[in-house]
Formats: sequence, structure tokens, C-alpha cells
Amino acid sequence: MITLPLSDIVAYLLLAAPWTLLLSAIAFLGGGIGALLLLLWRYAQPALGGTFARLYTELLQGTPLLLQLFLVFFGLPLLGVDVSPVFAAGIALTLYSTAFLAEIWRGCVDATPRGQWDASASLGMNFLQQMWDVILPQALRIAIPPTVGFLVQLVKSTALASIVGFVELTKAGQIVANATFRSFVVYACVGLIYFVICYPLTLCARTLERKLARSR
Amino acid sequence: MGYQLDFSVLAEYFGLLLKGVGVTLGLTAIAATLGIALSIGGAATARSPLNWVRALVALYVELIRNTPFIVQLFFVFFGLPSLGLKMSALQAAVLAMTINLTAYSIEIVRAGIEAVAPGQREAGLALGIGPVSVFFWVILPQAIANVYPALVSQIVITMLESAVVSQIAVTDLTHVADFIQSRNYRTFETYFVVALVYLVLSICLRWLFARAGSRLFAGRAR
Repeated sequence: MITLPLSDIVAYLLLAAPWTLLLSAIAFLGGGIGALLLLLWRYAQPALGGTFARLYTELLQGTPLLLQLFLVFFGLPLLGVDVSPVFAAGIALTLYSTAFLAEIWRGCVDATPRGQWDASASLGMNFLQQMWDVILPQALRIAIPPTVGFLVQLVKSTALASIVGFVELTKAGQIVANATFRSFVVYACVGLIYFVICYPLTLCARTLERKLARSR
Repeated sequence: MGYQLDFSVLAEYFGLLLKGVGVTLGLTAIAATLGIALSIGGAATARSPLNWVRALVALYVELIRNTPFIVQLFFVFFGLPSLGLKMSALQAAVLAMTINLTAYSIEIVRAGIEAVAPGQREAGLALGIGPVSVFFWVILPQAIANVYPALVSQIVITMLESAVVSQIAVTDLTHVADFIQSRNYRTFETYFVVALVYLVLSICLRWLFARAGSRLFAGRAR
């Protein structure tokens, strides 16, 4: 057992917090790109892309993220790819957030009036022009609040990376708790740091939502 | 030649997997029952005229909703014993899942209550029904019907998140998977099959709740 003053415990945890943020950022960017591709496919080929997107979402939202993480972490090596914990966590969280963002954004695209598609088609625009210049800019406006809300869920989800051994905030908490035997204080601090990251995002999502509701 | 997948080795663990399913569903059922009951109380309290009561409920909801479930679980299981609150892993899992689900459902139930037309309450009071009875017999049934699908989703999410309780050695479905793969070294196959079991469970849960819902709220004009 090691005796550490509270300030040292907090300092150590704060050292690990950037890894939580980095992992969240990777998963958000990767998921954003994946979701955008899935969205385009879904509307370009409603039959094939739509079915794939539905299956993909069902699969990823109907199974625990922990098992998705295990499958990537233990599955990729079978394909001959050597994975580090951070790489596996990055991939798993990207696949996970792709499913959620694609679902959120689909709702936003569906919310743009049908006439927008018809009007842009009658102007001779092709599918990508319609999407990029007409539909997405309108969908983006209503997509921002729920996307920020999802970001909170994503930051919290990165905590599972600790289970495959990636030293982010939660894993750092486990290490300090095991060394100092002060689990109560350590996990309270870990929770508070997550709160400090997530709560501003929650507030931001709520404010944006209210603004959007008022502008309609 | 690479790795050969072999799922047949899992057959002998069928009974063990079934036990894991039982624990996962049992945990979910207890947490859902307690969580929904508590959240009705919480949602009613969140409309209290007293400022500090509202603030307390809001603090609880925000604290839980903005921290990861695994940290809540570790706090309950490893942290609370230092306050003299010793509990088994199973009790800690139930407690953490209930605390978590309650926070989310308070928000859901509250939204449901807010969506009930104020005239319903006024009509109930005008008929001479007491305010408590009006809440339980007039407002609440309509509020729950309003948000029933959201509550069901939240219960399914709780079931999926409960996979994490395997980390404190609760013998749930994921823990069974950990055990099996430590025996047969078929890590990928084991987790793959168990992930599919979770998928089937969440589809079945949603289907069952949807059927129950269409019966429970059959007379309601939606």
C-alpha cells in the first residue's frame, strides 16, 4: 500500500484524462465519417444500403459494447492484425458510434421536407449535389443538438477501454485505487472528472435544443 | 493457413450459458422493477414546490447521467465498503444498476407527466378526488403510456450495460463467456456467440414489452 495525498491522486488522474478525450475524439471522428458514408449509401440505394444500415444498427445497438470491444480485441489478431488496446478500443468505439450517429442523422435527413428532394431533382441536380447542397445543410441544423448529446454517451463509453487494459481515466483510477486502498476517494474523483467533461456538453446540447425549438 | 473457427466446442457449455442468461435477466428484472418504482417517486418529487428538493433530484440525475456506469459500479463495490457498507458483488451490481436506471427513468417519467394535459389534473380535482389519488390514478397511467417505448429502450440499455458487472465477478452472461474462453481458448467464437445471445435477448425483450404495451394501453387513443 502506498500513501498518497489527495492532490497527488487528482494529479495522476488528470494526467490520464487526456487519453479519455483523445479516444472520444478518435471515435467521434471515425464514427462521423462512417455514419456519413452509411447515410449516403442508405439514400443512394434504399434497398441494399437501407437493409445493410438497418442490420448494422440492430447488431451494434442490440449487443453490449463490452462484447464488441472483446470481439475486436481478440478477433483482429485472428486475421493476422496485431492490435494494441488503444487501437482495438478506437476501432470498436468507431463502429459503435457509426451506428448511433447514422441513426441520429437519418432522423434529421428524414425530417427535411420531401419537397426539397423534388425541387432539387427538378433543377437537374444529381444525388450527391442534392445531398450536399440542399438536404444536408438543412439536416445539419437539427442534427447538432442530438449529436452533442451523443458525445456525452461516447465519452462515458470510452471507460470500457479500461477493461482491455488501455490506461485512460477509469484504468488510472483502478491503478491508484489498488495502490492506495482509497477506493472511495479515488472513484469519487474519477466520477467527478467525467462529470466535469460531460456536464458542459449536456448543458450545451440542452441550450442548442432550446434555441432550435424557439427558432421554429 | 490461418485460424480455423470452431463453434462446436461451445456445445458442452450450453447449461452454463443458460445460467448466465438467467443471472443477466434476473439482474435486469430487479433493477427495472426497483428503478421504475423509484423513478416515479423521483419524478413526482422533481415537481415539488420546494426548491431544495428539486435541486437534490436534479443533482442526482445529472451526476449519474454524466458519469460512466462502470465508474458507478466500482464506486459502489469498492468505494462504499470504506464507509462500512459491505455488500456482495451481486448486491453491488443490483444497487449500481438500480441507481443508474432510476436517474434515466426519472427524466423519462417526468417528460411523460409533463405531456399529460393539465386539464386532466384539474378535472380529477374538480371531481373531488384527492391530489395523491389524482396523481396515481389519473396522471401516472397516462404519463407512463406516453413514454412507454422510451422506458422499454432504457430497460434494454440497462440489460446490455449490465455486461460490465462481470468485472466485479458477478456470474452474469459475460462472466460465463470469460470463463468459457479461459477453458477452451476459443476466445473469438465464445464472445461472438454470447454477443448473439445478447442480441436475441434484446430483440425478445423489446418484442415482449411491445406486446404487453399494446395490451396495457389498448383502450388509449394515441
